[in-house]
Amino acid sequence: MNYTALSLSQTPPPSVPLPYFLLTPLFAATAALLLLLEGPQALATRWSPTMLALTHLMTIGVLGTTMLGALQQLVPVLVGVPLPAQRPVAWGLFLLWLAGSVLLISAMAAGWPTLLRFGGGALTLAVAVLTALVLRSVWRSSSRHATVRAMGLAVIGFAIAVTIALYLLLRFAGQLPLAHPLTTLHIGWASLGWLFLLLTGVAYQVVPMFQITPEYPAQLRRWLAPVMVLLLLLWSLQHWWPGFSLLGWSLAAGVALFALQTLRLQTKRRRRLNDVTLDFWRLAMISLLLAVVAWAAGQLFPSSPGLELALGLLFFVGFALSAVNGMLYKIVPFLIWLHLNNRLQQAGSWQGRVPNMKQVIPERPARRQFYLHLAALALLLVALYLPGMVLQAAAVVWLLSSLSLGWNLLQALRLYWRISANLREG
Amino acid sequence: MTTFSDYMGGDHQRCDQLFADAEAAVEGGDWQKAGDAHRAFIDGMQHHFGMEEEVLFPAFEAASGSTMGPTAVMRHEHEQMRALFAEMDQALAQQRADDYLGASETLLILMQQHNAKEEQMLYPMSEQVLAAEQEELLQRMQARGE
Repeated sequence: MNYTALSLSQTPPPSVPLPYFLLTPLFAATAALLLLLEGPQALATRWSPTMLALTHLMTIGVLGTTMLGALQQLVPVLVGVPLPAQRPVAWGLFLLWLAGSVLLISAMAAGWPTLLRFGGGALTLAVAVLTALVLRSVWRSSSRHATVRAMGLAVIGFAIAVTIALYLLLRFAGQLPLAHPLTTLHIGWASLGWLFLLLTGVAYQVVPMFQITPEYPAQLRRWLAPVMVLLLLLWSLQHWWPGFSLLGWSLAAGVALFALQTLRLQTKRRRRLNDVTLDFWRLAMISLLLAVVAWAAGQLFPSSPGLELALGLLFFVGFALSAVNGMLYKIVPFLIWLHLNNRLQQAGSWQGRVPNMKQVIPERPARRQFYLHLAALALLLVALYLPGMVLQAAAVVWLLSSLSLGWNLLQALRLYWRISANLREG
Repeated sequence: MTTFSDYMGGDHQRCDQLFADAEAAVEGGDWQKAGDAHRAFIDGMQHHFGMEEEVLFPAFEAASGSTMGPTAVMRHEHEQMRALFAEMDQALAQQRADDYLGASETLLILMQQHNAKEEQMLYPMSEQVLAAEQEELLQRMQARGE
């Protein structure tokens, strides 16, 4: 091994991840707006076109976009190997992803088969490029850290979910095959093989880091991701050979184990300050546990459509969006601080003062947005059973929460631009 | 046998605790206590940096034949952290809790990702290239007074 060639400083330029992070709240706001416009009929069944569009606004739009930005930021740093042509790749993927998401999701809402195929094609291409880049880096890296392994498996889970979706699209000539049995496999791989594993991998890094908690147990870090993938593979075989109902329960147990372990570590944190990211993550873990409960209740009482919607809401908005939202409040200010600091040093000066993280995004607006997010989630859950006015109020609060997140991130970016411009002028 | 990872990783944990104590004291508003906790934390960090910059890094650089590799990045991050120590000193002197906690939050992320890189890459690499000298180097590190 050539030690000197191994650089530990692989932070890509800010223009690589930040555009993605800024797009995240816009997709969430679009979902809220769609819900507001469509009203209670959107919630009539999980198979409505609006519900399909909403789900994909959350998964592809909010979570997929954030993941694309975060992976391009994190993978080089974590594995110590830069991605090739970072800037052109970042922008190419960004445009491809944006175009694909907009086409696919509007086609879903409106039922346009042709656009559905174009959108699906663009997203597939983006996923293929991303998968190749990430796996290449993971493969080349000497790091066998649990986070790297979980991320590698999550990207494979994502590719499997996309492949199933693509098959369904081609097989049914762009007509939405909503209630096809393979749809269940697509949902299983997308939610557990991709989103859940991705967030566990991230959690192994950030939970101990942000709150100074003990590490996750080594056995959990080592085995959770591969065991979940194995269970998912066996569970998928049920599509052809039914009969292992225990597999679903085992997957649910894996999810609950992770959520409980995270909450337990957080109670042992050494850093005991009020922290908005901590609150977002606790909400995420409680939602994840409630999602497991909703799933289990759905197994015991199969004829309750409200439970299916509650499961989706708790998993995508309660768990995944809360975790992502909380992390953005740490990652974005830190990256802005880091890049401003580096630029100041390149300019040969320690004199100028770079704003610290809490000056980039102050605690108060971030906390206000947390309460909006919490209220939106609670109202959305209530609206599943009491639509009408409650649903409209839920959608409005969710819209406000998303716009407020976007505003907070934009203010941070404007600060970055202003100080960079000052530095350039000397 | 004690390794670099054990000894220096343990020292990271010790500094983490001192950091959490200092932040808690500042948030609590008792500036006398905050001053003591802050100094204990800074002393702990400077001691840790000293063990690396004076003993471990030079040995690593001599064995690997380069001062431009990972140790250069680590030294650079030490400087960035020292600049944040200065900001925290100043905030403490002016009793400005928000400024202190803003700088300390920034330091936390910088420090944790720095420690992770050391624990996951630099210390294990050092254990390989400095296997023969590890014991003697650890003794020299321990001999440096607090």
